[in-house]
Amino acid sequence: MSAPLKTTSYGDSVPTSPPPDGRPGKPDGDRGEGVVLNVFSHGFLALWALLIVLPLLWLVLSSFKTDSQIAGSAFGWPQNWSLDVFSRAWDKGIGDYFLNTVLVLAFSVPLTMLFGSMAAYVLARYQFWGNRLLYYFFVAGAMFPVFLALVPLFFMVKRLDMLNTYQGLILVYVAYSMPFTVFFMHAFFRTLPTAVFEAAILDGASHTRTFFQVMLPMAKPGLISVGIFNTLGQWNQFILPTVLMQPQSGDDPERYVLTQGLIQLQQQQGYASDLPVLFAGVTIAMIPMLVVYLSFQRQVQAGLTSATLK
Amino acid sequence: MRKGQYRFVAGFLFVPVALYLIFVIWPYIQTFGYSLTDWKGQSQTFEFVGIDNYTALVRDDIFMGAIWHNILFLVFIPVITILLALFFAFMLNAGGRGRAGGVSGVAGSKFYKVVYFFPQVLSLAILAVLFGAVYRSDGGGMLNGFLVKLGLVDANDPIEWLNEPNLVLWALILVVVWHGVGFYLVLFSAAMQSIPRDIYEAALIDGASRTHTFLRITLPLLWDSVQTAWVYLGIAAMDMFILVSTMTSGEYGGGPDHHSEVMSTVMMRNFLYYGKSGYACAMGVVMLLLTLIVSVVMLRATRRERIEF
Repeated sequence: MSAPLKTTSYGDSVPTSPPPDGRPGKPDGDRGEGVVLNVFSHGFLALWALLIVLPLLWLVLSSFKTDSQIAGSAFGWPQNWSLDVFSRAWDKGIGDYFLNTVLVLAFSVPLTMLFGSMAAYVLARYQFWGNRLLYYFFVAGAMFPVFLALVPLFFMVKRLDMLNTYQGLILVYVAYSMPFTVFFMHAFFRTLPTAVFEAAILDGASHTRTFFQVMLPMAKPGLISVGIFNTLGQWNQFILPTVLMQPQSGDDPERYVLTQGLIQLQQQQGYASDLPVLFAGVTIAMIPMLVVYLSFQRQVQAGLTSATLK
Repeated sequence: MRKGQYRFVAGFLFVPVALYLIFVIWPYIQTFGYSLTDWKGQSQTFEFVGIDNYTALVRDDIFMGAIWHNILFLVFIPVITILLALFFAFMLNAGGRGRAGGVSGVAGSKFYKVVYFFPQVLSLAILAVLFGAVYRSDGGGMLNGFLVKLGLVDANDPIEWLNEPNLVLWALILVVVWHGVGFYLVLFSAAMQSIPRDIYEAALIDGASRTHTFLRITLPLLWDSVQTAWVYLGIAAMDMFILVSTMTSGEYGGGPDHHSEVMSTVMMRNFLYYGKSGYACAMGVVMLLLTLIVSVVMLRATRRERIEF
């Protein structure tokens, strides 16, 4: 190999010519260690993959079993493959929880992106008194555990008369997603070229118009990362709905989100045993995430990783 | 800056700042104030009690035990997760070797990366239900069923994973590790891929073994990401609310007999169940202080000279 380029890095795209039989080639001869380690590591890698997949598969299979089958033995094969249990789970509340979650996220994610980007953009590209201070004020929120705020937050939302309402949860989600969104988009807007911005202004576009029609479209890759991160985070949120989304009186309808509802179902299972329904509910909750993940796995992994590193 | 710009800046900032102030910053600040009162939460009447809540906390055996459990999580969760993730990341990125000068992942590494990451996109609530079933205390639980099949456990006397005082914390740690390894593996992989390949090739030519390559090259160059992972896992170990509150027995979890209690569960029980808002706020403040201490200590303990490459 001659003069390796400085920029090449090793990684999953490396093999320049695949070994003819599809297996890694023979070790360099002098390395007996390699063989042992290969067997060992392959075994270990496969074992961990099994440890990830098996419980999930087992759970999905369990939703096709009957209660007594589930209690009897862990490894019985389901006998009736009727999809009826899924519609039962849907009727038992999973459907409502699902729709509640979708409804909240349909507003909270776009609003998070909009407000987060607006604040980040102004902080990244305009000089004004207090700019730095405001930026740290936003970013500092990411450092504190949410538990610190829970008690006063509950009473704040109560005073606004928004306990157990969708709009209350939406606003709280948006507010708590702000630190990371501002932080990430701030870094992103800083990297955008100034020339484009100046050209737009010279052409007579207003600042608002420049933002929406020029800068925001250019920031699309960043918006996708932030969007995935916020969607996953808000979809999986548990502690905020637990505190804020509880019926406040007898005739206040239940507006549980999916995570809350699943736990609710699990706890009810202690009284009226219908485990297949619970497992079917989990399967229903799992599938959208699985589909999103498998279709966007590169972006999901990249988004979440950069979210942590920056 | 021109006048129009000020209007624009103010207009863009108004809503985000207002929301953030009302729902995040103001509650954070209020917590400190409320923690000095005997507020019950039902009405707006409360008395200033000074540091009474804090002195009561020190004498609260349940809360002190909870801190101890958080510390155990703090030690074991990051260590186990990071070691496994590092091992897998190394295998998947540089484990395959043999072709002349080639440094690459083992066969199928792409597949493994997709599978390992999957638990990360599942909510912790799903994990709680899933592992609740896995840990069932009869032959129907996956773990017990498996052990019974192997003949390691008596079918009439299976292990009560979540009700055994000595096992419950380990059962919870396993869930967190299962959930987290894939994510940190991907994090470390990203860092590994930015290491120039010729460093590895030079090491190969010099006859370094894989273990050596890992310890002398990969790990030092990855130290920044390991540090980040350490802090994140540490913060997660200070929380643990969902898993403990949903998988263990008791109001907001913590059972059996407070053996799995963590700070967040004690706090939520005091707030939502006993209605002791002021006391719960004091716990929130203690959680904040401990989290900050943990972050600072972890950052300092893992500080190394930065290596440029």
